[in-house]
Amino acid sequence: MTFSTELEAKFARLLASYPPGRQRSAMIPMLMFAQDELGCVSAELVNEVARRIGVTPVQVEEVLTYYSMLHRKPLGKAHVQVCTNISCLLTGGAELWEQACSRLGIGHKEVLPDGSISLEEVECIGACSWAPAIQVNYQFHHFVTPEKLDRLLASLRNENPHAV
Amino acid sequence: MLYNEPSPLEIKVLTRRFGLPNSAHIDTYLATDGYKALRKALEMTPKDIIEEVKVSNLRGRGGAGFPVGMKWSFVPRDSPKPKYIVVNADESEPGTCKDRLLMEFDPHQLIEGMLIGALAVDAHAGYIYIRGEYRYLIDILDKAIAEAYERGYLGRNILGTGFHFDAYTHTGAGAYECGEESALLESLEGKRGVPRIRPPFPAVVGAFQCPTILNNVESFCAVPPIIRDGGKAFADLGVPKAGGTKLTCLSGHINKPGVYELPLGFPVDKMIQEVGGGIRGGKKLKAFIPGGSSCPVLTAAECEGLTMDYDAMAARKTMLGSGGVVIMDQDTDMVKAALRIMRFYAHESCGWCIPCREGTAWLRKILQRFSDGLGVRGDINLIGELAKNMLGRTFCPLGDAAALPTISIVEKFRDEFEAYLTRQPPPSRAEEPLRVIA
Amino acid sequence: MADPVKLTIDGRQIQAPPGTLVIDAAKRAGIEIPAFCYYEGLSLQAACRMCLVEVEKAPKLMASCTLPVAEGMVVRTETPQVAQARKATLEFLLTNHPLDCPVCDKGGECELQDMVFRYGAGESRFTEVKHHVEEKQWSPVVFYDAPRCILCFRCVRICTEGMGVGALGIVNRGVLSEIAPNHGDHLECDECGMCIDICPVGALTSGAYRYKTRPWEMEHAGTICTHCSNGCKVTLGVRNHEIVRGNNRDHSGINGEFLCIKGRYAFDFFGHPERLQSPLMRIDGKLQEVPWSRALAAVAAKFQEVKGRGGKFGVIGSTRTTNEENYYLQKLARQGLGTNHIDHHRSGDLVTLIDALSGRPNASLATTADLYNAKAVLVVAADLASEQPFLSFQVRANYRHHQARIYVVTEKAVREDAYAAAVVRGGVDGVESLRERLAREPELAILFGASVKGEELRKLVEFGSSLSIPVKYVCLLDYSNSRGAIDMGLMPELLPGCRPSEQPGMTIPEMLACADLDVLWVIGANPLARGQLASANAFAVVQEMFLTETALAAQVVLPASSAYEKTGTVTNVTGEVQRLASPLRKMGTKPDLEIIGLIAKEMGLAPLMGPWDAGKVFDQIRQTAPGYNLPLPAIASGGAAQTAALNGRVAAPSRPELIQSAANGLFESGTLGRYSKILHSVLEGRGRT
Ligand SMILES: Cc1cc2nc3c(=O)[nH]c(=O)nc-3n(C[C@H](O)[C@H](O)[C@H](O)COP(=O)(O)O)c2cc1C
Ligand code: SF4
Ligand code: FES
Repeated sequence: MTFSTELEAKFARLLASYPPGRQRSAMIPMLMFAQDELGCVSAELVNEVARRIGVTPVQVEEVLTYYSMLHRKPLGKAHVQVCTNISCLLTGGAELWEQACSRLGIGHKEVLPDGSISLEEVECIGACSWAPAIQVNYQFHHFVTPEKLDRLLASLRNENPHAV
Repeated sequence: MLYNEPSPLEIKVLTRRFGLPNSAHIDTYLATDGYKALRKALEMTPKDIIEEVKVSNLRGRGGAGFPVGMKWSFVPRDSPKPKYIVVNADESEPGTCKDRLLMEFDPHQLIEGMLIGALAVDAHAGYIYIRGEYRYLIDILDKAIAEAYERGYLGRNILGTGFHFDAYTHTGAGAYECGEESALLESLEGKRGVPRIRPPFPAVVGAFQCPTILNNVESFCAVPPIIRDGGKAFADLGVPKAGGTKLTCLSGHINKPGVYELPLGFPVDKMIQEVGGGIRGGKKLKAFIPGGSSCPVLTAAECEGLTMDYDAMAARKTMLGSGGVVIMDQDTDMVKAALRIMRFYAHESCGWCIPCREGTAWLRKILQRFSDGLGVRGDINLIGELAKNMLGRTFCPLGDAAALPTISIVEKFRDEFEAYLTRQPPPSRAEEPLRVIA
Repeated sequence: MADPVKLTIDGRQIQAPPGTLVIDAAKRAGIEIPAFCYYEGLSLQAACRMCLVEVEKAPKLMASCTLPVAEGMVVRTETPQVAQARKATLEFLLTNHPLDCPVCDKGGECELQDMVFRYGAGESRFTEVKHHVEEKQWSPVVFYDAPRCILCFRCVRICTEGMGVGALGIVNRGVLSEIAPNHGDHLECDECGMCIDICPVGALTSGAYRYKTRPWEMEHAGTICTHCSNGCKVTLGVRNHEIVRGNNRDHSGINGEFLCIKGRYAFDFFGHPERLQSPLMRIDGKLQEVPWSRALAAVAAKFQEVKGRGGKFGVIGSTRTTNEENYYLQKLARQGLGTNHIDHHRSGDLVTLIDALSGRPNASLATTADLYNAKAVLVVAADLASEQPFLSFQVRANYRHHQARIYVVTEKAVREDAYAAAVVRGGVDGVESLRERLAREPELAILFGASVKGEELRKLVEFGSSLSIPVKYVCLLDYSNSRGAIDMGLMPELLPGCRPSEQPGMTIPEMLACADLDVLWVIGANPLARGQLASANAFAVVQEMFLTETALAAQVVLPASSAYEKTGTVTNVTGEVQRLASPLRKMGTKPDLEIIGLIAKEMGLAPLMGPWDAGKVFDQIRQTAPGYNLPLPAIASGGAAQTAALNGRVAAPSRPELIQSAANGLFESGTLGRYSKILHSVLEGRGRT
């Protein structure tokens, strides 16, 4: 498998970050960074990562299926993650989640048909004091209100004009 | 830009650079006493460093509150194995969002804390394990690490002393359980985030089977001020058995939610009213979570005369935890709160041991049904009993973390559960499918 | 050794070495602490929480499977609190577990069922919808039913740690966790079935056995696997005169919990439709069924006639018949027929090894126990995992449990590489490069394959002695009684017990090439699969289970019983003598011992031969074959008795050129393997027929 030169450089740095013989340590970062570039963790990527760090593919599968941020299927270009955990729940997170679902017509871990936006109801994302919070890909949005959410979804659609 | 206005009641030790222009840059850090503590520590013996941390009465800020100096003293210095520093930056305890700020606004303070820890135990490499959702912090920390290498604070021959130390960032990928120290180490080694059998503890057998000191971000960040200004000064800020300040994350139904650095022993009432500006909408306090969702919930009455410190919380059968204070007002639906908390633990249970894996899943189902108006009288006792059947019997503390708040909620707010039973049930609703992770 | 630790368990004073786990200390004192995930010899999990016990001064219940004993510790294993905790854990476990014991394949021998019976969590308070997942088939022989899985991870550990394969993993998390195979939806592995045997519940089931019967409807016969030389004990589950299951019921054999695919599943040649069930005689050029009496009479008459005129006999014995049969055969050949033309398919140069070891006080033959205990093991020219599965397991267990150093000198990559202290790719000369390291070892066990023979083998033994440490050897052999064939004198140059014959007869190639051979008598062998019979007029008598190439060329074919239908003993590759015991008999067949006896009787040689009773023949062996004067009770009770080491020159010419290993892999086993559907189905599944 070939990756971008930046990703290859990241891989090289990662593999050098751990003590000799401990290259397996690079597995999770490699999967995360590769997923960011490729959109998901494909079977091919599983094999490639297994080969590079010297483990069996099933050892990668074990890890891949454990972590909630790693996924086998591509998500939307904008992955909208709405926190509904306790602090967000108390400040309207659950309502934001319902709102996002009904506006987009999709549910948990679903993607708009054109692949522009996907939704996920997530656990606490570490923004409790600025709740309710949403993350779009890796970007945080704090003190989200229903209006802000609508604007946010609209802008994500504008960036992706084919979205419904 | 800070996320919330500071409070005049704060005592800013760890957060004193927050708000400075370019606060994350090494020049800002150096201009404000940065790496001074390291220079001092380089002149000290490891024993003296550990002694100073002991004097400071610094207790672990990740949740368990174990004395940091004591933990460091468990590392077998004469072991021929390499030793490691691991920073727990997994911050996933619901209600907690403080480590994020320490890394975003003052990354060098963390690096300096790691360096001093390394001197104390003779470690030469350290890893910052950052939860996957905090991707932006990896960029910030990597940049800070690069600056430190450039200025000779990291790498070979640090400040010409011959000491060497390498620091690395390492990303998680979405798993609360990886905040548990031994699960974190497994994850760091490229495995499922399943905890290890303990003992041995990480101080003896940690990262890569080598002695390791593993502490929370805030714990490491407290070390430079302790060494710089002396352990005693830090200790004096707090209460007799717990020194210093604690970053406290106020969230929920409060007027001025935010992260505030308050001395240990700060009165809860003052914290809510003066720091947090009181309950939203002038309402009354119903329930109070002192340190993240794993702690037993307190009623308003139980908060009276309470102060924010480890022993005071223990006396009320709860915990100071991670400093994630969640305020719930009089209108809060405690059944829904209990359900949401259990949904979290069911989602995050690693699945290793039976009581936690099956217990959280079962409780989640009962609470879901109950909150949907389909509860029956026996459910209320059953919820409490099942939670107690998990308590103290699981492989790691996550089982307790799920059981404790649940027990406290059904016991202290039983009337709300009773009230649910008399409500009109909503139109029937399909069983919510279990979430498949990945 | 450090002083033992004193502690109290259930009011009893107990002593245990430091580091002993409470669960083991209790077990040794006869106190059983229940557990699902704890399994002696595998890594610790502390996952099932069934083994929780009360420890005085501890704030909560402690997992006894990870708790080392401590001086003065006071443990209580059955208090109301403990019982309540176990019952609660079982209640949790049953929430998503199907409650259909009556139809579950494991019903009757399920550890979960037993545990619920003991602690009572029979009535469930769980009224929610169970999490359901469909059952999956992972290979021809392995099925997985996730809802029944209690996630004790025994299967994952036995595969990864015990077998060194690592074909199983754990996927997903929380209540959705399940076991997964290494190739997405299917397994590619040794298919040993260890995961099935070790599964405490009905989650992993055997494609060969599932839903065929109930455990209590079978007779269980502990016997010895007939497929390779390692001599694993296997328990055959027999119902209605058919074998329905092979497994490792009581772990009482030398193999402990181990069995490979052949031992576990490849018993199915027994019921193969092509099994011979009637004697055949060549009449009008065609093999036709005849009664036993006619066939035996014809054979005896021919033998008598040839013997009378001083004609030439060639006798080829088997590597999978019993010691008694082999002994009886050579006795009839040598003393009854008066011929020394007797041989068998040789798969290892044991004779040279014994000779080379003579007079070396620091060198001897290794036992299977030695392979588990030796501080260092050297593997030369052998692919253990493929050809010697149990020995491979044993060496790996030694590495896992005792951190033994394993050294490998082989041409190709082998499984041992993964944990070897040093690997040399190449021929036997490669041992030289390990000299320094090996000489620093306190002791060494060397296993070597068939290609190390003759002079090369003498050189290896010389090398071993030059290390100046105690060295033990295993000469690897192919079949279940290859060792017994040598020891019983199925060789023209050797009498039973490796005593030289005064008039060495013909070897197999010589018999086949002999133009004026009068009789070729073949028992459980197939020499014509590879060779041609030169003598056009030879009268061939073949005792076989199937119409092999050799049987097809015979004048008379006598249907033989398999090892799973016999009593008697076999000797494994490391010289351990074990008993075959079976309640079975395929209709129409006879054990070879009986066939030989009947031929002798027809020839009027019964007085010479003595009765064809396995016990009586073994008495003769004990008296005549040095090394075989063994304690009978050990064997009779289903155990193994080690043959005494021969120490002395073997004054016979060694014939290394005759040695050829079949190098049977995991899914092959000579003629028997050809008639095992299970082995075929696994190979077909991989497109490797
Ligand atoms: C389920 C669970 C989750 C945890 N999550 C975190 C976390 O996110 N961050 C953290 O610092 N400690 C967390 N901890 C506590 C750690 O196990 C450990 O005690 C701590 O990192 C030690 O550092 P300290 O002594 O500086 O607090 C968690 C513990 C448990 C049982
Ligand atoms: S190792 Fe050999 S003797 Fe043992 S079960 Fe397998 S085939 Fe049979
Ligand atoms: S509860 Fe939503 S970010 Fe913490």
